Amino acid sequence: MIILRFGAYIVRRLSLMLLVMFGVTVIVFFIVHVIPADPVGALLGGNAPPDLVDQMRHQLGYDRPLVDQFGNYILNLLHGNLGTSLKSNRPVIEDIAEYFPATLELSIVAIIIAVVLGMMLGILSAVYRNSWIDHFSRVFSILGVSMPVFWTGLILLLIFYYILGWLPGTGQLNLFVTPPYRITGMILLDSILEGNWAALWDGFRHIILPATVLGYSAAASIARITRASMLDVLKQDYIRTAKAKGLSKRIVVYRHALKNALIPVITVIGLVFGGLLEGAVLTETVFGWPGLGRYVVNALLVLDYPAIMGGTLFIALIYSLANLGVDLVYAALDPRMRI
Amino acid sequence: MQSVANEKVRLKTFWDRRKPMIEDWKHTFYLWRRTKLAMIGTVIVLVFIGVAIFGPLFMPYDPFAQDMAHRLQGPSWDHWFGTDQFGRDIFSRIIDGAKIEVWIILLVSTISGGIGMFLGVISGYFGKFIDDALMRLTDMFLAFPSLVLAMAFAAALGPSLTNTIIAISIVGWTTFARLARAEAMKVKTQPYIESIKALGAGNGRIIFLHVVPMCLSPVLVQLTLRMGTIILTAAGLGFLGLGVRPPLPEWGAMVSDGRSYLMDQWWISTFPGIAIAIVVLGFNFLGDGVRDMMDPRLRR
Repeated sequence: MIILRFGAYIVRRLSLMLLVMFGVTVIVFFIVHVIPADPVGALLGGNAPPDLVDQMRHQLGYDRPLVDQFGNYILNLLHGNLGTSLKSNRPVIEDIAEYFPATLELSIVAIIIAVVLGMMLGILSAVYRNSWIDHFSRVFSILGVSMPVFWTGLILLLIFYYILGWLPGTGQLNLFVTPPYRITGMILLDSILEGNWAALWDGFRHIILPATVLGYSAAASIARITRASMLDVLKQDYIRTAKAKGLSKRIVVYRHALKNALIPVITVIGLVFGGLLEGAVLTETVFGWPGLGRYVVNALLVLDYPAIMGGTLFIALIYSLANLGVDLVYAALDPRMRI
Repeated sequence: MQSVANEKVRLKTFWDRRKPMIEDWKHTFYLWRRTKLAMIGTVIVLVFIGVAIFGPLFMPYDPFAQDMAHRLQGPSWDHWFGTDQFGRDIFSRIIDGAKIEVWIILLVSTISGGIGMFLGVISGYFGKFIDDALMRLTDMFLAFPSLVLAMAFAAALGPSLTNTIIAISIVGWTTFARLARAEAMKVKTQPYIESIKALGAGNGRIIFLHVVPMCLSPVLVQLTLRMGTIILTAAGLGFLGLGVRPPLPEWGAMVSDGRSYLMDQWWISTFPGIAIAIVVLGFNFLGDGVRDMMDPRLRR
């Protein structure tokens, strides 16, 4: 019965998501086609002869009625065709397949850093409430959400690359390192699969800075929620009982309190993962990281319509899936949410 | 004589009747003084607004004047924060930039708060299919990471100050819509709304005189909390080249300006970034403090 209702919940959420994704497509299409920017002009440059511009516009289908264009786009979308990028002249879907793994890899490393750092700080500041570590963690968190990501990135580059020379600068791998054969597209994972340890080490050195920058603000929100949630749990009667029967502080904190404090933390981790996509746009630009965020920014700067639409739609899809995942985990953990 | 005494009594009842409100304000002030972070935040925000208004009075140089003889100079007594690649004084440009950031915050807050409140109240008050339609629209806007959607709008409209404001506003109204909707749904079931309905009050009157004022305070608190994010988004757009354009001294664009000189002329990017961080920090402290002060557990 319960499983059946949970199944129905999933079906309802998925169908709602389909509807939302359709709306998202309309919004993106509206942004790109109704607003006065001229992709053909941008493509050919300002001095192109008018008849060439007209011819190009006709060739790309931009002179047809909007409804036609939209219908066509949806039809192609249903066949998995996102159009051809005006700039790279390749199908947008291939571009995304090439750039997305780099973003995914960066986000995964960032989330690992964020979870480890955030939960550590959160637990410590809850257990040692109002001590110096609590204050430090509070300042650390609030700084994390206050400093602009792109600026933190530049400053870290300045310190660790230019001044100290400890870490490599931009990019994913050093030019002299043989990259691993492309299996998943994620350099670290591919290196491990191939046993290419030189590439793994170099890739690791390259990913530290961008992942730290990206993970920092996420760590801040995780630390905050962990602290609040731990404080709530530590006040409960059963914690007092556990302490009273003589269990060590360690066991009380990690066995009894942490498990129950984790539920809200899991939700926040999911939400933060969606938010990382946003930070990735800026971080990738600063660190020359060949990911989806930078791809979309470059497409926007040259008004590459198909690439903009495909890239934004894909990001929205990933973002919605992450949010859906959070809701499902939450619903699985807490039956009251399944309304 | 009689009238003076009457007047005194009237004044006394006037103040007596308002006593709870005054006490409440006193209590809020007391809480504000006790929350240190809120105080620091208030001071930072006030200084920031002061700089935006009175900045030109103590700006040492013209923020747009190019001086090629003194380009790329490090921080010194003459140029506190150094000069950029056109020899413009960075300190003066940061001061001038405060005005731009204040404009962005003010307009974006008003527009997105306004749109959000309007749609939210309508949605919550009328319910049924209007509510369904508007809430699905909110879901669609929430399906994007907000910076990505703002980027798309800003790029399509063309990078400029006005379009930055439009883009961030269009993206930011959803939170306020949800808040106002929840509040409107709560208010509309109150008995006093029923009674004025029975007296023949129209929907417009009820909405503007009774529902909107009730939504105002949660929306305002949320606005304070979001102001830091607004600056960060605007700065991000400026940094990517999709926001405010040079030569306007928007702080994010200034950080981006210094990128190619980072190795030897670190000050070009560093100081505008510090300015962003401090102001956002101020708003975050203030927002945190306001939220703490609104927390009934603390108010007791």
